[in-house]
Amino acid sequence: MSETIEQIANQEYKWGFVTDIEADVAPPGLNEEIVRLISFKKQEPEWLLEWRLKAFRHWLTMKEPTWANVNFGPIDYQSISYYSAPKQKKKLNSLDEVDPELRATFEKLGISLEEQKRLSGVAVDAVFDSVSVATTFRTELAKVGIIFCSFSEAVREHPDLVRKYLGSVVPYTDNFFATLNSAVFSDGSFCYIPKGVKCPMELSTYFRINSANTGQFERTLIVADEGASVSYLEGCTAPMRDENQLHAAVVELVALDNASIKYSTVQNWYPGDKEGKGGIYNFVTKRGKAFTNAKISWTQVETGSAITWKYPSCILQGDNSVGEFYSVAVTANYQQADTGTKMIHIGKNTRSTIVSKGISAGHGQQTYRGAVTIMKGATNARNYSQCDSLLLGDKCGAHTFPYIEVRNSSATMEHEASTSKIGEDQLFYCQQRGISAEDAVSMIVSGFCREVFRELPMEFAVEAQKLLGVSLEGSVG
Amino acid sequence: MLEIKNLHAGIEGKEILKGLTLSVGTGEVHAIMGPNGSGKSTLANVLSGRPRYEVTQGSVTFEGKDLLAMATEERAREGVFLAMQYPVEIPGVNNIYFLKAAVNAVRKHRGEEELDAMEFLQLAREKMKVVDLDEAFMNRAVNEGFSGGEKKRNEIFQMAVLDPKLAILDETDSGLDIDALRIVAQGVNALRSEKHSVLCITHYQRLLTYLVPDFVHVLAGGRIVKSGGKELALELEQKGYEWIEQEAVAAR
Repeated sequence: MSETIEQIANQEYKWGFVTDIEADVAPPGLNEEIVRLISFKKQEPEWLLEWRLKAFRHWLTMKEPTWANVNFGPIDYQSISYYSAPKQKKKLNSLDEVDPELRATFEKLGISLEEQKRLSGVAVDAVFDSVSVATTFRTELAKVGIIFCSFSEAVREHPDLVRKYLGSVVPYTDNFFATLNSAVFSDGSFCYIPKGVKCPMELSTYFRINSANTGQFERTLIVADEGASVSYLEGCTAPMRDENQLHAAVVELVALDNASIKYSTVQNWYPGDKEGKGGIYNFVTKRGKAFTNAKISWTQVETGSAITWKYPSCILQGDNSVGEFYSVAVTANYQQADTGTKMIHIGKNTRSTIVSKGISAGHGQQTYRGAVTIMKGATNARNYSQCDSLLLGDKCGAHTFPYIEVRNSSATMEHEASTSKIGEDQLFYCQQRGISAEDAVSMIVSGFCREVFRELPMEFAVEAQKLLGVSLEGSVG
Repeated sequence: MLEIKNLHAGIEGKEILKGLTLSVGTGEVHAIMGPNGSGKSTLANVLSGRPRYEVTQGSVTFEGKDLLAMATEERAREGVFLAMQYPVEIPGVNNIYFLKAAVNAVRKHRGEEELDAMEFLQLAREKMKVVDLDEAFMNRAVNEGFSGGEKKRNEIFQMAVLDPKLAILDETDSGLDIDALRIVAQGVNALRSEKHSVLCITHYQRLLTYLVPDFVHVLAGGRIVKSGGKELALELEQKGYEWIEQEAVAAR
């Protein structure tokens, strides 16, 4: 393990390459015409175009939020191109028909679809730029009635499902970035697990940002019908870029009665160079709604992006519903993160757990922002929150803003917070036993994150540990 | 094995060791005693390469090599072990995982094959008996929530597994009850052989009842002021350190 970390720590940002594929790109700028163009390009039904336009008109009345504890220059929304698609005219029947260059990119990323298909048993819906290129394992999933496809395809093939649930958790009026996404979202993933079905495999999507100046506006919708369950993995890498890229995704989860959804993310977008130049701006809205006896669990490992603004949340609508949030966030060099969760207890006997581990190194600034709200009718609600921060060096910072609002006196709330430094003493202790400083840091950090790592699916846990090693490279002494 | 010559060292600009000279032969057990502030712990820290301790003069050779030129982890890999006075906690890091990483770092340095999980477990189980620890202990995080006695026993357990050429015990006996003291001594005695040397730093004589030293040195004012056999420890226990300090002053 330690060898692997060392090996990885010694490499440059590995995924920093650009694929040269002619993209079908809309001119920069945002207006109603662009919204119509996107909808037209995607051959969308009238109701969806209307929905986008409503969102766009609402967005015009909104202001970019400034409450987050992050600093960045103004974003010029008119300089961004809102649509880009790799040129691919006809539908593909098999992987062999995929553009070879595109395939090569996937191989470089280590997510060869064939490999995935043959070895891992993970169905992958690969989102390359904005258009889904290939989807595997579809037939196998279809046998048990599971729908797993690109968002566009879902709009065409399953319009009723999409129409019923789109915006039901994150309405188009929700917040500046979510509203922007609602107006211009390009593609994403859609997943529906029918009543009583336990998804037989981990579902996963790999995102990759490509094409300079193309904002990414993914939209993911996962619906677990009554008694269904699914585990969904999202993993990301991005090529090296010298200018900031905006990413404003929306993820909506719907867990109907007795259903459960586990959503795991390992995020490794380009964080900018050592001086903080370049890097991805990640403003994402993730939220799930849990109905009676349902459970929604978010697990995230965030090591990338120049700026992260992200609060995967749970609306605990139904009685006895459960929400969980396990997070590891790393900010090194000049990265900034303002992340956390919201747990909104509406139903009776609702329970939520928050475990947040923040690691700051270099000039990294990190904020945990969490809100736990117990509504009036949420009798016997329980929340447990734990926020721990680990500092490496003395130029970084950690901040914690826990908001708690309780409107029902039967609630039980627990909150624990700690801030620690990787002490000279801990390092010395490891080194005195023969362990190198680099390995010692990896070990101490992994130990710090253990409660979160054990929530991750196996293959992700290993990847996550490697990522931490890379992210904290050179953070010692 | 260890040759310390005219060592001057300190911390934050304050000189604590003022010309310490000491020679430890292979297979010997040396006890270093002395009053508070005499520089006992400084000596342990300087030898093991703790950051912020500065050597201003003198030399230390370990098996003929310049010890002071080596990085902290290199010294450990060469076979210098420090049983710490205040072992730190490393939350979330499994005791057994930690020790396996250490053992394999040392083995790799020596050009030996790394131990796999099964081989290591076997070694660990064998050594655990020496310090009377049970297996549940292996799966706990390093020193986290350990009692004072457990921490010290863990140090000795690590020492037993790492099998160092030179073990430095920095007041390992402090804060131990009589049973724990006996277990610790038992662990150190098990290590004793013609290949292993021990430098036992202690304030009191009581550990030396169980761990009989070949030589006893008295450290005062940053240098060795008196050396003798094991009977010197008993004399110190009876008469305190004052008479030696006075002797040392008179001799100047």
